[in-house]
Amino acid sequence: MTSGKILSMREAISRYVGDGDSVALGLALEALIPFAAGHEIIRQRRRDLTLIGPISDILFDQLIGAGCVARVIAAWIGNVSAGLGYNYRRAAESGVPNQIEIVDHSNFTISLGLTAGAFGVPYLPARTLLGSDIAREGGPFKRGVSPFGDEQLLFVPAIVPDVTILHVQRASADGGCHAWGNLGVSAEAALAGKRVIVVAEEIVDRSIITSDPNRVLVPPHRVTAVVHEPGGAHPSSVQGHYGRDHAFYGEYHTATKTAAGSDAWLDRWVHGVGGRDRFLDLLGADRWGSLAVRGDSPAAPVNYSAT
Amino acid sequence: MSDLRYSPAELMVVAGSREIGDGDVVFVGMRLPLIAFALAKRMHAPNAVGFFENGVIRDRPSESLLYTMGDPPNIEGASMCCTMSTVMGLLQKGEVDLGYIGGAEVDRFGNVNTSYAGHVGKEFVKLPGSGGAADIASLAKRFVVIVDHNSRRLVERVKYVTSPGNGDGAGWRELQGLPRGGPSAIITTLAVLRFGDDGQAFVASIHPGVSADDIRENTGWPVRFAPDCATTPEPAEEELRVIRAIDPTGFWTR
Repeated sequence: MTSGKILSMREAISRYVGDGDSVALGLALEALIPFAAGHEIIRQRRRDLTLIGPISDILFDQLIGAGCVARVIAAWIGNVSAGLGYNYRRAAESGVPNQIEIVDHSNFTISLGLTAGAFGVPYLPARTLLGSDIAREGGPFKRGVSPFGDEQLLFVPAIVPDVTILHVQRASADGGCHAWGNLGVSAEAALAGKRVIVVAEEIVDRSIITSDPNRVLVPPHRVTAVVHEPGGAHPSSVQGHYGRDHAFYGEYHTATKTAAGSDAWLDRWVHGVGGRDRFLDLLGADRWGSLAVRGDSPAAPVNYSAT
Repeated sequence: MSDLRYSPAELMVVAGSREIGDGDVVFVGMRLPLIAFALAKRMHAPNAVGFFENGVIRDRPSESLLYTMGDPPNIEGASMCCTMSTVMGLLQKGEVDLGYIGGAEVDRFGNVNTSYAGHVGKEFVKLPGSGGAADIASLAKRFVVIVDHNSRRLVERVKYVTSPGNGDGAGWRELQGLPRGGPSAIITTLAVLRFGDDGQAFVASIHPGVSADDIRENTGWPVRFAPDCATTPEPAEEELRVIRAIDPTGFWTR
């Protein structure tokens, strides 16, 4: 197996996520959130990022609290378990640690924007949000009428991330990857992104990936870098590997009630650990082990043979 | 209400489940609707189909309690795991009968705000936003709002319409170009409200142990009551048994 596109997390973020970039993350919604990649972005002190995602759970809140973010294009920003995200509120309401611009979307318009980006068209029409204040003047959307009929339409502009970051179950060095479970807008974002970083629980031989081409999430040639980072989606879940650490979200919520509390949380869980290995050490073997999937529920094999 | 043999959340789950007809395609939201869908499937709507916006379709509820729709038990045994655009596309096409929405604020026309509290542009509180709620409100054949009943949440007029209800009255949705739908009920901790031909909510049933005055005092507009306003039916023993089997620690329902 050659090293191919495989980079360390530090190297991948250093090379492919720059100040001012737009970064799509958290694209499968509550599962497969690339927390390890987000934490490396924080450690490398990226600034003026635009975050893109439908919902992001607490990863967006952490990046905002760390001062990495200038703008958010999203449908929902907070803490799925606890409701509000304190860093997001502080930034939006009082400019702490910095002012952020919020571009409100719905989940469907994020999906359509990324699909337009993936298709190379400037916009896609939709029938959602008509009458919602999300679609009012001054936002990203325009209104129109179908040229083929009289339906009122919302025009959703294309979203083209500079970099899309995906967490998956397994990948090969050449950029092939398999993901399963709920995928949200992962595929659309991977096709729209100018660069794609794939973070995998497991690195496998290319033959494993090509044995099941229908399960491949992204055309391998579009993948810029592959990072091997087991446990890199914790506290979100990875089907077949580990469950969601629900308590972690509650603990984060309590700890980040104040800006000083958030700084202390980031010092402890992000700056203080240096990388995912030591993050998992800090979490503790018992807690990490308790999240591991122990059951066995394999898909039935399929036959791809041509002869 | 302490002498009741069920919690307000359990009554809301039961009321929510009874909105589901057999064979309905349901856009299931987070929290209580997760359990309402599972309850309906086991009680009176065995043929209902659940859509989850993360890209999951289920014709059998998950075997264990869900904290989020992306939890592994919601994937194992799913009818289909797919992209968000699969379920959102079918919603837009008109193939979803019912969707649930939680609300920070809902007004008497069923408009829901989950974006900004206070005054936009001055002192305000930034709430998390739409998620998929605005899409459900725009595109489902009908939607149900589930919310705590107090005058901060049931307001005369929302300050920001995240999820469109009946706007400012009958005919508003058509005028905006929305293809269909609208609110069919608001299920609260005190009552079930439904909507008249004028697009305004009225109290259709009052929960056991609650008075009409309780509702008046906790509603941000001069709320009307149906002439035949009834008592919300109590949960049946079997319904409580199913809810407590799904949520044994009462994480969502106690």
